[in-house]
Amino acid sequence: MRALVSTMRAELIGAGGVVERNAYLTKRYIWWDVAWFLWTVANTLTIVFIAKGIEATGGDLDVNRTMTTLLIGAVVWAYLGILFEFLMETVAWERWEGTIEYTFMAPLSRAMHLAGQGVFAIAYGLLRATFLFVVCAFLFFDLSMPDAQFYPAFVVLVVSSVSFIGIGMMMSVLPLISPEKGTQLGFVAQGTLLVVSGVYYPVEVLPQWMQWIATISPATYALDGIREAILEGQGMTAMWDEIGPLLIIGVVSIPLGLWVFGRGEQYAKKHGKLKRSG
Amino acid sequence: MTDMQDAVLMEAVPRRLGVAVETHELRKEFRRRDGKRRRDRRTRVALDRVSFTMKKGETVAILGQNGSGKSTLVRLLSTLLLPDGGWARILGHDVVSDGRAVRRLVNRVSVEASFFKKMSSAENLSYAARYYGMTAGQTRDKIPAILERVGFPRDRRDEPMENLSRGMQQKVALARALLTSPVVLLLDEPTTGLDPRSKLEVQDFIREIRTNHDSTILLCTHDLAEAETLAERVGILDRGQLLALEPVDDLKRRYGADTLEEAFFAATGREFEAEEDEDDDREVFA
Repeated sequence: MRALVSTMRAELIGAGGVVERNAYLTKRYIWWDVAWFLWTVANTLTIVFIAKGIEATGGDLDVNRTMTTLLIGAVVWAYLGILFEFLMETVAWERWEGTIEYTFMAPLSRAMHLAGQGVFAIAYGLLRATFLFVVCAFLFFDLSMPDAQFYPAFVVLVVSSVSFIGIGMMMSVLPLISPEKGTQLGFVAQGTLLVVSGVYYPVEVLPQWMQWIATISPATYALDGIREAILEGQGMTAMWDEIGPLLIIGVVSIPLGLWVFGRGEQYAKKHGKLKRSG
Repeated sequence: MTDMQDAVLMEAVPRRLGVAVETHELRKEFRRRDGKRRRDRRTRVALDRVSFTMKKGETVAILGQNGSGKSTLVRLLSTLLLPDGGWARILGHDVVSDGRAVRRLVNRVSVEASFFKKMSSAENLSYAARYYGMTAGQTRDKIPAILERVGFPRDRRDEPMENLSRGMQQKVALARALLTSPVVLLLDEPTTGLDPRSKLEVQDFIREIRTNHDSTILLCTHDLAEAETLAERVGILDRGQLLALEPVDDLKRRYGADTLEEAFFAATGREFEAEEDEDDDREVFA
């Protein structure tokens, strides 16, 4: 029992080490992050302006509502991008710096290593997504959201993060298999996930086979829940329709993500691919 | 030594008293593409049935040219590679089936001092220590103390690693390894590429570890003088095969040589000079 407690304690300290390392890196690269944030703002504005563009060219739509719908999609897209980026960096950045072998030979379990990476990604991503939403919604467009329930929307985003982290774990094995192109495949996964999840449109407009995939995508439930809370003013009770499936997907995706990463690690150790040479 | 290492040691002692490192018929091979077609592959044996033991507290040097299998051996012992045959144990713990226990007992310094280059030495040591279960309270005093011991200037602790010379970075790498109080320290060409002064400083520090700590040290090098002065026994690894592992005088006697270089030449039938890089034989770009 004492040994188990000691091991658990060491594991938690180790996961804290991953968070600490990411905090140091964020501090050192803070101006790059600011520049990247500006790019995200520009990208989000481009999407939200589409609603104004349609109105200007004679389209008949509720501009405020459409802009808010698009903004939520763009913010979730940016949030998912940050989560996947941090998870993919587990391998890609460490390989580039040459620290990957030191991390993988430490007595920290891979589950806690990836959990530490995920916790920091969620904290950083939530902060960034909130800031992005506030800047675009209120500074640029002065959008009106009289019924908005921000707390349930935030809870749905946090719960969905668990599933996103599980999928991110699976993606993060790609740079182990292909050091050059693996990271780019992560963007493919992110785009594919969102295209079937109704990022800027209702899922119902998709072909039937894509709608079926949408039912197993956590982004579908995240987007639905956040839109219901912000546009329709739905409270926490109504969010269980989204939180339930998100928890189920999370329970499946985290162990699956760990298993996939474990297989990738075994493969890399078998073939000597942990170290990037040259 | 941490509580975790104590627990691991207590568990391992009855298995084989006094033995720190043990390998038996350890084998590793790499396949690389050899031709345009995907199925055209060439197999190269990096380590060929290597067997040896090291006593606790012993320093052993493995001499070999580039591509001889030294780094592969270190990676196998530190659980970064999976063997294709044979086994290896650290204090009785198998590197494959009991990898986690091995990782608690081992640390390593390699030829490249790998760090997050924008982070400072103190930051790099701090997060690395957490991976070994050390709290902020434990490292607050220990990190400055260990950096001081390796001769790292106090006023440069907060400087990004990218501003430091290779010699300085290698000192921080030694500090990182020692911070976790490893029972077995694996040194993979720790002085290669350093200027003469830095090289001597690092070697002095290895001597100090040997004298003042009970760490078992496996030093892989292609520096003959380094092997001769730092190790109690010297092994010759050539094309993946461990040809001999004895005290230097016994090696000289066995091969009728006056110097270690002559003994090496007699054992391998080759001059001691750099050849190919063994990393090139892995599928790292596949």
